[in-house]
Amino acid sequence: MSDLSLTKPNNPATQRGFTIFLAMLWRDKLAFISALVLVLVVLCALVGPALLGDLATNQNLRGRNSPPFDMTRGWAFFLGGDSLGRPMLARLIVAARSTMMVAAGAVATALIVGATLGLVAGYMGKNISQAIMRLADVIMSFPSLLLAVVVLYVLGPSIPNMILVLAITRIPIYLRTTRAEVLEVRERMFVQAAVVMGASHGRIIVRHVLPVVAPTLVTIATLDFAFVMLAESSLSFLGIGIQPPDITWGLMVSQGRPYLTTAWWLALWPGVCIVITTLALNLLSNWMRIALDPAQRWRLEARSTTDV
Amino acid sequence: MSEALLDVRNLSVDFHTARGTVHAVKNVSWSVNRGETLAILGESGSGKSVSASAVMNILDMPPAQIVGGEILFDGQDLLKISYETHRALNGKKIAMIFQDPLSHLNPVYTVGWQIVEMMTAHGRPADKARQRALELIGRVGIADPEQALHKYPHQFSGGQRQRLMIAMALMLKPDILIADEPTTALDVTIQAEVLALLKELQLETGMAMVLITHDLGVVAEIADRVVVMSKGEIVEQGTPREVYHNAQHPYTRQLIGAAPGKGEIKLLEAAAPVLLETKKLCKTYGEFTALKDVSLVLHRGQTLAVVGESGSGKSTLARAILRLENPDSGEALWKGQDLIGMNARELLGVRRQIQMVFQDPTQSLNPRMSVYQLISEGWDIHPIMPDHAQRRERVAELLLQVGLEPDHAQRYPHQFSGGQRQRIAIARALALEPELIICDEAVSALDVSIQAQVIALLEEVRARLGISFLFIAHDLGVVRDFADTVIVMKAGEIVERGATRQIFEAPQHDYTRRLLAANLDPDPDIQAQRRLAGAHP
Repeated sequence: MSDLSLTKPNNPATQRGFTIFLAMLWRDKLAFISALVLVLVVLCALVGPALLGDLATNQNLRGRNSPPFDMTRGWAFFLGGDSLGRPMLARLIVAARSTMMVAAGAVATALIVGATLGLVAGYMGKNISQAIMRLADVIMSFPSLLLAVVVLYVLGPSIPNMILVLAITRIPIYLRTTRAEVLEVRERMFVQAAVVMGASHGRIIVRHVLPVVAPTLVTIATLDFAFVMLAESSLSFLGIGIQPPDITWGLMVSQGRPYLTTAWWLALWPGVCIVITTLALNLLSNWMRIALDPAQRWRLEARSTTDV
Repeated sequence: MSEALLDVRNLSVDFHTARGTVHAVKNVSWSVNRGETLAILGESGSGKSVSASAVMNILDMPPAQIVGGEILFDGQDLLKISYETHRALNGKKIAMIFQDPLSHLNPVYTVGWQIVEMMTAHGRPADKARQRALELIGRVGIADPEQALHKYPHQFSGGQRQRLMIAMALMLKPDILIADEPTTALDVTIQAEVLALLKELQLETGMAMVLITHDLGVVAEIADRVVVMSKGEIVEQGTPREVYHNAQHPYTRQLIGAAPGKGEIKLLEAAAPVLLETKKLCKTYGEFTALKDVSLVLHRGQTLAVVGESGSGKSTLARAILRLENPDSGEALWKGQDLIGMNARELLGVRRQIQMVFQDPTQSLNPRMSVYQLISEGWDIHPIMPDHAQRRERVAELLLQVGLEPDHAQRYPHQFSGGQRQRIAIARALALEPELIICDEAVSALDVSIQAQVIALLEEVRARLGISFLFIAHDLGVVRDFADTVIVMKAGEIVERGATRQIFEAPQHDYTRRLLAANLDPDPDIQAQRRLAGAHP
């Protein structure tokens, strides 16, 4: 009996929570579309290479730089062909995987490491804080491209190494932001109330400080996503990033650059993909900031919004 | 009917919010004449500031909308004139001072620059402005005006800043001074001085004054006429004496009844065992002495009030006892054990027994946690209630106990009013079944009638659960009904201690007497007697 009463109210509650979440997403149409776009991108990244891998690498020299919106060569050439006659559409879908892997990997690593160090630096004593901050200064003052060249030359270009290099150069941004916010939040009254209650440091950081800092970090992370994608393309351009036949959107942009005057579609489509993905992430993070804040949530719950 | 200087007629203001339209002010009319002081009395949310903001044209107008009425100044309708004409009137003819002078003075400019700007902005030559600034700064009682002009706002105390704001408002000899809660943020002794200054300046210049306040004592002290507002409507008006002795509207009666300091003073009960004792606590911040040899004794089941003005060290005392701050020397004995020397493990055990209720519940409750999470958090830390089903029941029980509904548990702090939030904070403290609750100005941010309710709640908790209280306040009136013993602090030292009755009826120390005298009585007659007796410093 007691078992029932414990589990029963729990299950519908979480299920209802999910429906409410979906309803709030539906309320903000832009965020809803963004979520769909991101789901599509992730699907492409997951199944694209398995389905279209061969198609994307098959050269067809008669279709070199074939113009877009022409269905005579089949649907794969709808967005045109590249300089070796490979279908753009298929390549874009296949490229989604390595692009997302590098970008998401680098951003997530930088976010987790940076935020953890920032929380420690902001919350703990002066000495630890000083040590961490000087480390961040060293990373920031070292030219990131130089660092990347050295590391990738020594370790060899590969996706994990790319993630490592890009993450290291982005860590200070999260670290500094987190520390600055923590310094302010930990002086707030509810943190002191938790101290009086006897809460441990870990509990205060996780339950009271992190939830306040998190929205800022998520916003920065989504902006960073685009930056990392482009940084990855410049490394690839220098020949120390992703190497052909592997492809990423960034690499496709830089490969299309020489043909900009004759075949614009080579650089444009991957560029559009980068823009759409980042834009969707931005819109979704904006929605998330509101949805996760109890004081703001009513904006998404209200039936009719009469914002001026 | 004689032409009033400022005449607000049938003013209605709506606020359009996402939750619907709020009628902030409904059909409000009031007027004020030269040389007269009108007080607008009301609690937070009563719309008392809205009509004054409409006069100054500083309402934020998309959310706000003036739906009807007129504001006649010298026969001219302020709602119909252009923005530019209004700007020329603001400051020159109608001036305003605000509650918190620190947030209304720009921290990056010197005080002198800001005061002079008041005149140069209205096209007066700078040298004349400077001369007038010097004159006025001297007039509002700030020593060495020449020096003061070159200082920045943070270099002045709260009372001095309010004086500077007054000087700034008077630069252009306005016909009307609107003061929005001018003394609420100030200590009682300073409040008395600022009110006296306003009165003097009014006699000198013959200006009209509109004073917005929530404090019956201020009304009794300074107003010629008073309008009482509740929920956007004027419920009562007249002279302070009529309103106080002859209140017609139930709201006014409730407001007068809630004023603290009229109940029976409790007699000290027979001595119970000692719960908390401090011995010669000292704490200094650089040059500043926050605590100096503070020794006190609190018996089980009793209430000890610590009264003092800002900077007297009363909050530092609470923080030292709770080990939020380590004192330089001295002991704090909790049931005979020294709190100061305890390690983290020993301290954790004591943490459950001593709880705290903070001044501002808006800040002391984590805005991202639901009421259930807030109240039950302590049980995650201290293993006294492991069963989750039981927790739900207990939270509901606690909410009922502090006068809230059990289904409030799923809501978040921002969905409650200030008084309700403080009840949540009290429920959170009670959840850990403490033996001592330290209240740091726990009721001073609340409206008078809410204040009375919260104190009644604390009183009930004490009687039923036998919890002791260390009650820190700047207001003697609040303490009178609630405390068994009172300690008066000044500049980090205890200047007087004794049973509540003794402190109120036979104060020994000069400072205690001054505090008592500066405490404004809501009864205009008593206040008038005090003025005649020259009790004010």
